[in-house]
Amino acid sequence: MTATTNSSSSAVAPVEEITLTIDGLDVSVPKGTLVIRAAETVGIQIPRFCDHPLLKPAGACRQCLVDIATPDREGNLRPMPKPQASCTIEATPGMVVNTQHTSAVAEKAQRGQIEFLLVNHPLDCPVCDKGGECPLQNQAMSNGSATSRFVDIKRTFPKPIKISTQILLDRDRCILCQRCTRFSAEIAGDPFIDLQGRGGGAPGGHGHGLPAQQIGRFDEAILEYTPSGDQGPVESERTGDVVGPYGQAGVLSSVAGSIGGALEDTSGRPFASYFSGNTIQICPVGALTSAAYRFRSRPFDLVSTASIAEHDACGSAIRIDHRRGVVLRRLAGDDPAVNEEWITDKDRFAFAWQTSSDVLTAPLVRDEETGELVPTSWSEAIGLAADGLRRAGDGAGAAALPGGRLTLEDAYAWSKFTRTVLGTNDIDFRARVHSAEEADFLANRVAGSGLDVTFGDLERAPRVLLVGLEPEEEAGTVFLRLRKGMLAGRVQVTTIAPLATRGSTKLRAELVRTAPGEEPSVLDALAGVTGTPEHLADLRAALAEPGTVVLAGERLAGVPGALSALDRLVSAAGARFAWVPRRAGDRGAVEVGLLPGLLPGGRPTAEAEARVDVASVWGVSELPAAPGRDLTGILDAATAGEIDALVVGGIDLEDLPSPAQAEVALAAAGFVVQLEVRRSAVTQHADIVLPIAPTTHKSGTFLNWEGRPRPFGQVFTTSALTDARVLGMLADAVGVDLGTRTLEDIHRELAEFDGWEGPRTAAPAVEATPVPALDAGQVRLATWRLMLDSGRGQDGEPHLAGTAYRPVALLSPATAATLGLAEGDRVRVTGPDGDIVLPVLPTPMGDDVVWLPQHSPGSSVHRTLGATAGAAVRLTAVDAEVAR
Amino acid sequence: MAEQGKGKKPAPGKRSGNQPKRPTASRAPERARPGATPAKAGRAKTPAFDVDSDLDKSGLAEFFAPVAGFGVTMSTLFRPVVTEQYPFEKAPTAPRYHGRHQLNRHPDGLEKCIGCELCAWACPADAIYVEAGNNTPEAQYSPGERYGKVYQINYLRCIFCGLCIEACPTRALTMTNDYELAGTTREKMIFEKDTLLAPLRSGMLAAPHPMVAGLSDGDYYRGDVSGPTTEQVAWVKERRPEDESLSAAGAAATRAAKGGKE
Ligand code: SF4
Ligand code: SF4
Ligand code: SF4
Ligand code: FES
Repeated sequence: MTATTNSSSSAVAPVEEITLTIDGLDVSVPKGTLVIRAAETVGIQIPRFCDHPLLKPAGACRQCLVDIATPDREGNLRPMPKPQASCTIEATPGMVVNTQHTSAVAEKAQRGQIEFLLVNHPLDCPVCDKGGECPLQNQAMSNGSATSRFVDIKRTFPKPIKISTQILLDRDRCILCQRCTRFSAEIAGDPFIDLQGRGGGAPGGHGHGLPAQQIGRFDEAILEYTPSGDQGPVESERTGDVVGPYGQAGVLSSVAGSIGGALEDTSGRPFASYFSGNTIQICPVGALTSAAYRFRSRPFDLVSTASIAEHDACGSAIRIDHRRGVVLRRLAGDDPAVNEEWITDKDRFAFAWQTSSDVLTAPLVRDEETGELVPTSWSEAIGLAADGLRRAGDGAGAAALPGGRLTLEDAYAWSKFTRTVLGTNDIDFRARVHSAEEADFLANRVAGSGLDVTFGDLERAPRVLLVGLEPEEEAGTVFLRLRKGMLAGRVQVTTIAPLATRGSTKLRAELVRTAPGEEPSVLDALAGVTGTPEHLADLRAALAEPGTVVLAGERLAGVPGALSALDRLVSAAGARFAWVPRRAGDRGAVEVGLLPGLLPGGRPTAEAEARVDVASVWGVSELPAAPGRDLTGILDAATAGEIDALVVGGIDLEDLPSPAQAEVALAAAGFVVQLEVRRSAVTQHADIVLPIAPTTHKSGTFLNWEGRPRPFGQVFTTSALTDARVLGMLADAVGVDLGTRTLEDIHRELAEFDGWEGPRTAAPAVEATPVPALDAGQVRLATWRLMLDSGRGQDGEPHLAGTAYRPVALLSPATAATLGLAEGDRVRVTGPDGDIVLPVLPTPMGDDVVWLPQHSPGSSVHRTLGATAGAAVRLTAVDAEVAR
Repeated sequence: MAEQGKGKKPAPGKRSGNQPKRPTASRAPERARPGATPAKAGRAKTPAFDVDSDLDKSGLAEFFAPVAGFGVTMSTLFRPVVTEQYPFEKAPTAPRYHGRHQLNRHPDGLEKCIGCELCAWACPADAIYVEAGNNTPEAQYSPGERYGKVYQINYLRCIFCGLCIEACPTRALTMTNDYELAGTTREKMIFEKDTLLAPLRSGMLAAPHPMVAGLSDGDYYRGDVSGPTTEQVAWVKERRPEDESLSAAGAAATRAAKGGKE
């Protein structure tokens, strides 16, 4: 399956090698290599600022000047008249390059260039966040002059500018290398900042009528344009939380929406980007800094640990920097196979949750008299929990809800604990909309499938079909890779969605507009199961081409029949398939069998052979054979008293299809043990609360959506325990040896589950339920989660929250017009349990659909509306109501 | 020790806590003797140095021999006393003595420290801990964007080398001549901003308050600020009317304003 035709073209074709001379050394490099990189291969470092291996060459900073001579037609060496920028010139055969090490001209050119860069550069190092890790500082030391000949007054700009609530810009320090703008335009596709103005001179248009060349958002006030077009002193808006060198308040950029609606962030600026933090990391000076890390430390204070981001299923490599027991920042790690050098802003900035005040530090038990949770010792808490579970075992039994954020090792312990200690198959990691159909689909297609579709394949597949997946919101790294492949002209993305989002627009994706609930019919049409309508015929043919990749998101579980249809399509098209869930632990949970019908390694619970196999590894005589219940089944059973005890892991009730029903079930359950990092909505129903180590306090492995193990190390030395250790202690107290004491123990056992040859769970074949007709005034609800929303993982980071999309309701212009709503007017969306009021943004989409953010401030769809995607909801205009 | 054991054994515990700290003149020699005497007595008859043979030379010398040893004592009696009566009289140090650090202020009372951590970086003993903070219009502690929010020097680590004050770009950190650095706990030996920050000299206005209008942090470093302005005083008066530095600073500011007009 991995040997497909598409992955070959660039890799297999022999690349012509050429030979050139750099500083007297003969160097052979593939044709097309830039001189600066050819020099790197022999350990010659040419100073540079604008050059970045993942960005297109720009030649903006001129720091990498070297002396170059090339042979002419007759083979005589012809020196170029002036030093050349080595980051923009490709090596050619016979070229002779002399860098600063061997050429006085190159050396002088570089020294002069540093002097030029420093002419208007402020003496900010002591107050600059980049100080200590600044390429300009370093290269001024290594390749610059000790003194400057510049005696005049330096040009200054008002600073700092708050580009967004998170990103601060200091134009004085900018050396106009354009790494930030190239990243924004080329990689992220969000050109939220760009180069503006021309030449030197004044910050505004004084003098020559044009503002000085600078980075910015084309903000009239900052460029000092008055609305009439005259120039003059224009007051820009000021911010109260930072000051500049004159003690004046910092400048706010682009507030008060110059462009409309959904493109605004919650602070009222035009939406910047989910990837804006990368510009801070690649800025070679301290011009771009983050509000969260501003002045927090110096590089020599920081202890760095390589780690893996916990916010999505991509498993992006990150670096965690901490000082005296406090994480101060996270940076993108460098992993060419996964996230290259980019991460999402959520992965970068959302780490305060691990130190929020509601983090549990001691076990809690419910005091019998007061009914309050009181801190206690581990031994008492474990003893009481074991007693409760033993009682439940004698009674109606217990069930486990581990949640989808576990490491592979912890998930494995949950799986083993549930089967061997609780003696049940009532376990489900899915704390979200789910179905039995999905469980079968995952058991059939995903469990035990190993590493198949990779990030690299996404860059090369001729066609990628997205179903129920918004990569920019749900898996940022997938989005970046698809975009990279699309820009390289290799990938055509097609998405089956109710509307073209900003993300799919940036992927230039072909949209198959599909109202929520209608996915099965579209998928079947594409698979040729039903007749293929004309407008889908081309797509159907394209999908059948070799190399097609189909990516499905977890949301598809909410549409009965969708995953069955998807299975038929993937088989019919002969495409490769990957499931891209939202949570870091989802894929691992499938692999270790945190599903009612699944044991580790893709073994179906229903197969006696599989049970015997697993039982022998676990050293138990037999495993429970009775089919288990899924999350909804478990909660219903708990409500009905058919389950006595619940062991609950890291689940967020807001994600569940019905948070209210879950609360009823938790209240009804006789005995609830919670294993959590922080207090949550489950805590108030828990009888025993056992604190779990946050990711910085443990080591482990996330399995990303590819199925690639992403091991990460421990940042802090701590006595906090992992799920595996706590479950091991619980098992000990019950009298079972779980054998999950160390990661090595777990890995040794996990290795024994490789390679299941026996029968697998059959693919689901669920009939799609016909989409119920809508009454007059009703529309269908489309909803998914945004990357930055009310998720608890983003708690404690207000600067990040300010860069999230402002929650809006998306309607088709026609629907909005029918309701008499213009952009920005508020609409009331009424579901079975309640209503949500949001501003409207008319967007091209189906007339019978409304889209709401699933869990953003003011729009918690599952809880407030009591409805999930596909439900019929009613729309009313709020302002009209008021008028009446 | 073993030899001493043969002599008079001091009562156990006598030499520690309940003993007076400075042994009296009469008891100290006694204490030393018992151990030493038997050892010497047991050794050879040849004295360690040949006093007798020197003195043999003259009768006068022989006459003074019994008191010759007091010569040094006698001559010293008439020399100036070098003993320092330390806790009662404090001897002045050399002017550049490296004593306790001080975080200085600008003449208008703003702190000079910008929290750059260069002192911490320079410190070979890792005695300094700095955490910078973000100045805001409502809380401006130092000129410019950044100030030292947390500043600690651990005097159990500090070796008084002075590298930190050389590193300081703003001359915020200097060393005083104060050498009385003792404490009874480790915690007390970590000095924080409350002890390290220079007290307000008369006429200075307690931070936080805005910078002098129109001046940048650079102007502050160049010494263009001579004291608080009436605007700064008014700002503080509005927000912290009970501030103790207000009256003196107000007077200084008014004086300066008048002086400027004349
Ligand atoms: S960008 Fe670098 S050189 Fe410029 S002020 Fe900051 S640390 Fe200094
Ligand atoms: S802000 Fe930084 S990355 Fe952007 S152009 Fe300026 S120096 Fe380069
Ligand atoms: S005392 Fe000086 S060197 Fe130390 S942090 Fe403050 S300004 Fe920087
Ligand atoms: S690195 Fe070559 S011009 Fe900037």
